[in-house]
Amino acid sequence: MGYINAFVVGGLICLAGQLLMDVAKLPSARVLIIFVTAGVILTAIGVYEPLVKIGGAGATIPLPGFGYSLAKGAFKGVEENGLIGAFFGGVEATSGGITAAIVFGYLMAIIFNPKTKP
Amino acid sequence: MKKNQPSQSDYEKFIEDKIPKPNYLKNCTWAFIVGGLICTIGQFIHNRIEAALNLSHLDATNATILIMIFIGASLTGIGVYDLIGKRAGAGSIVPITGFANSIVAPAMEFKREGYVFGIAARMFVLAGPVLVYGITSSVVVGILYYFLKIR
Repeated sequence: MGYINAFVVGGLICLAGQLLMDVAKLPSARVLIIFVTAGVILTAIGVYEPLVKIGGAGATIPLPGFGYSLAKGAFKGVEENGLIGAFFGGVEATSGGITAAIVFGYLMAIIFNPKTKP
Repeated sequence: MKKNQPSQSDYEKFIEDKIPKPNYLKNCTWAFIVGGLICTIGQFIHNRIEAALNLSHLDATNATILIMIFIGASLTGIGVYDLIGKRAGAGSIVPITGFANSIVAPAMEFKREGYVFGIAARMFVLAGPVLVYGITSSVVVGILYYFLKIR
């Protein structure tokens, strides 16, 4: 059950991204930015949380899930530390992912060389 | 202008016809299936580590993202991720593995420019904008939340 939900929710989010690329002719960098920001805004207005409840990893693995973690962290920061918490919370909640992306990204880029295109 | 000379709009129309039209149905199907599968793998990892390491739901989610980033970065390193990406389009870009791919691919590509301005700087060609807009918007909604809460 959980797997089917993850597949459908994750698939639909990616399908939305493909439509933005094909129909709206947006470059992929724009799509990534739109998705992260959309994740933040949808979380703020309470739309993304139910999606995470339904889809599990299907909603947290795609990039809007990164925005979801950022927004939730910012809210938590405000709850705990007031206004200044808005600055602490977001990155605090996503610190693992950001650090992993930097460290693993750096290591892999050092270890491997680009494949020559045939 | 001479009679037979094609106008600018004729030329634009000519180019328009030459640009291959994307096959919407095929691209969307690929994006849906590959994106869905990546998330299903994520759900599998999530369930496994949540049970095995006795983590809370939130910790398991964060650990899953960590592992998915590692997988995405590794597959990019060995050149497999770009093969998936050729077909999957957004299905491979939108998941967090695509975020890892967007860091490793340009960093590898520009390795010959050195370890500072090659690898380290190019890592953030795509990831930088994502972080800028993501973090900035999260601070904005955090501040809004603060003022709406104390009202």
